[in-house]
Amino acid sequence: MYTQGLDSLGKDCLQTASQDEAALSARFEAKVARDEKIEPKEWMPDAYRRTLVRQISQHAHSEIVGMLPEGNWITRAPTLRRKAVLMAKVQDEGGHGMYLYSAAETLGVAREEMVAQLLAGTAKYSSIFNYPTLTWADIGAIGWLVDGAAIMNQIPICRCSYGPYARAMVRICREESFHQRQGFEIMMTLARGTPAQRAMAQDALNRWWWPSVMMFGPSDADSQHTAQSMRWKIKRFTNDELRQHFIDVTVPQADFLKLTVPDPQLHWDEASQHYRFGEIDWSEFHRVVKGHGPCNRERLEARRSAHEAGRWVREAASAYAAKQGARAAA
Amino acid sequence: MTTPDWPLFEVFIRSRSGLEHKHVGSLHAVDARMALEHARDVYTRRLEGVSIWVARSSDITASDPLDADAFFEPARDKVYRHPTFYPIPEEVKNL
Repeated sequence: MYTQGLDSLGKDCLQTASQDEAALSARFEAKVARDEKIEPKEWMPDAYRRTLVRQISQHAHSEIVGMLPEGNWITRAPTLRRKAVLMAKVQDEGGHGMYLYSAAETLGVAREEMVAQLLAGTAKYSSIFNYPTLTWADIGAIGWLVDGAAIMNQIPICRCSYGPYARAMVRICREESFHQRQGFEIMMTLARGTPAQRAMAQDALNRWWWPSVMMFGPSDADSQHTAQSMRWKIKRFTNDELRQHFIDVTVPQADFLKLTVPDPQLHWDEASQHYRFGEIDWSEFHRVVKGHGPCNRERLEARRSAHEAGRWVREAASAYAAKQGARAAA
Repeated sequence: MTTPDWPLFEVFIRSRSGLEHKHVGSLHAVDARMALEHARDVYTRRLEGVSIWVARSSDITASDPLDADAFFEPARDKVYRHPTFYPIPEEVKNL
């Protein structure tokens, strides 16, 4: 149950926890080892809770900020069909943010707190959304590559040990697959179009390829959270494993489009049955994560101004509910 | 800077008639009516439901997971409540 109504009972739980932490910890570890789900209000180690709050809230922020680069093209979509599809996709991203915030709240963190962290610029979100969408082809590339990478990251999380996160992810993955396919369809249409349209598709691939490859996060050697998260079954594959899988499935799709992946060192390795790829520019990744990407400032400004512009609506809704409540009581 | 502290609602959806309502998640709303409309937008964008229930989370009383073993213990030793408890010769049909 996602309820906060258990809070009074929760206090009793906490007291018991301090008395018998070793036994509770053993029970928790055994449960995770048996592949059973951990549910809200069950005892869990503080570090497990903190890791989940961090990961789920970052994930939620990414969905919310992810609406911005694509929202930029809603008014300029080339056809009514594309416009309807793009609006549905952006609305889905907002919905995904809502599922994830609600999953994070089951761990005892308040929605307001998470939103405040995002607006204050202290929370992280996926670095990919700090790149600009310069042409319509970028909307195709985002669906194909960015959503493709997101799906690859998210499918294993459907089996995450924390129940509410796993369930939110099942719902999200089901919806994401339309996102990826509509993106590939845009790329296909451009790739089969006029030379100018082909060039536009190639340009979008050139700009989005490396940021998409970086979406899987730092390489395993530099990833501080991977080992513990894998032990807790929050994470099922390492960053590098997922990245390799993404490249292996995506390169043939680029070949189908007759577009060139912007990596001169990319080649098929018969022995390992994998594509080998060039060096990732991690300095760029860290620069963008630290807030110095092309659009970090613009994205946060857009979120802040949306939040401020919506303030009167929230206040009016609260006032209306208070008035209705008072009338009903009278 | 933050939004007003709107209450949390749990959302239950009947996916089609004949099936029970099932818990799908939660959301914040100022009152039950707004919760229903938000639930429609957040949880049924692809016709996932024909009916929605919302209930304030604070109105739900749940069993304590730490007491689960003791709480459900009374049912544990009553295997005779299951049909498989009763051995019946194979030649006896329709039983």
